[in-house]
Amino acid sequence: MTFLVRTKRKISGLLKALFKKRTCRIGIYGPPNAGKTTLANRIVRDWVGDAVGPVSEVPHETRRVRRKEDITITGQNGNSITIDIVDTPGVTTKIDYNEFVEYGIDKEEAVKRAREATEGVAEAMHWLREDIDGVVYMLDSTLDPFQQVNIMLVGIIESRKLPVLIVANKNDLPDASPARIKSAFPQHPVIAISGLEGNNVEELYEQMTSYFG
Amino acid sequence: MEMIQGVQIDLISAERLDRLTAMEKIRLILDDVMEGNIVILEKGLAPDEQSKLIEITMREIAPDGFSGIEMETYPIKDAQNGFLAKLLGGKRSETRLTVIGPANQLRTLKKEKDLISAWVSSSR
Ligand SMILES: Nc1nc2c(ncn2[C@@H]2O[C@H](COP(=O)(O)OP(=O)(O)OP(=O)(O)O)[C@@H](O)[C@H]2O)c(=O)[nH]1
Ligand SMILES: [Mg+2]
Repeated sequence: MTFLVRTKRKISGLLKALFKKRTCRIGIYGPPNAGKTTLANRIVRDWVGDAVGPVSEVPHETRRVRRKEDITITGQNGNSITIDIVDTPGVTTKIDYNEFVEYGIDKEEAVKRAREATEGVAEAMHWLREDIDGVVYMLDSTLDPFQQVNIMLVGIIESRKLPVLIVANKNDLPDASPARIKSAFPQHPVIAISGLEGNNVEELYEQMTSYFG
Repeated sequence: MEMIQGVQIDLISAERLDRLTAMEKIRLILDDVMEGNIVILEKGLAPDEQSKLIEITMREIAPDGFSGIEMETYPIKDAQNGFLAKLLGGKRSETRLTVIGPANQLRTLKKEKDLISAWVSSSR
């Protein structure tokens, strides 16, 4: 490479870095146990070949916000976006350590887990107010979507004017009802998937590229 | 002597709420709820206030003590496309009647778009 070409490249790289908007951060939000980390892991595995964090049937498995940078997703239509995926702790208005004791966790560990969970929820709310550019809102479609947390969080997201895609997760289960979720949030696109088995995730990727692009 | 068990319910008017700052509202609500009372707001909290309420509630949770809140309100009426909304300039979302209580005493029995059915226990 000649000196001139190298200098030219350097300058164009510098200019790009100067003018490029920082990567769009997409937060995966929703109540505990909806399948947020399962989906975050799938996205990262499908497009980078890595993982974000552990998954568990015990609620509040994720107690720290985790960000995975520069993931390029391509839809079937050929459109691409590059985003940061932000996996967040499940949001709730109440946490009782006894809930964890019921899962067979000993008291000391349960108290610690509860404390971390409260910090995690506060952190997730903070990110939503400051650092998130778009939201994938995840719901377990076998459960009632009219929970107060969902109504509050979707209201908070709307008030910040962030684009939101609602995911009706766990559509592999027999009592899944994406229709109930659609009726609860008619103002937003709802996509039924199984983050666990991968049903319909291509549709989600396609929607993400057009919605967050 | 027979103990009379009961639950205190505080109804806070829209006028009173309008005079308070966000943090004053949140403190008023949480202090009341942490004493075991049920609070009913004539007018609900703004989304940003709700977000801070969740955050501060989390900070107050303690093992074998306060375990958080239960809160119910109706979905925000979307006035986005209404004539009046346009006249008033853009999106004006109306927050609505809200009930807040200690998580270990207030249970929601049924919730629909237009009906909330809750149950309150007096045992703490
Ligand atoms: N059947 C089914 N189970 C799922 C699906 N997605 C997640 N799960 C299960 O649901 C449980 C919770 O999954 P997570 O991914 O840990 O949920 P989360 O939303 O990250 O939970 P927190 O971090 O606790 O808020 C686990 O047992 C998962 O295996 C799905 O699409 N179908
Ligand atoms: Mg998780």
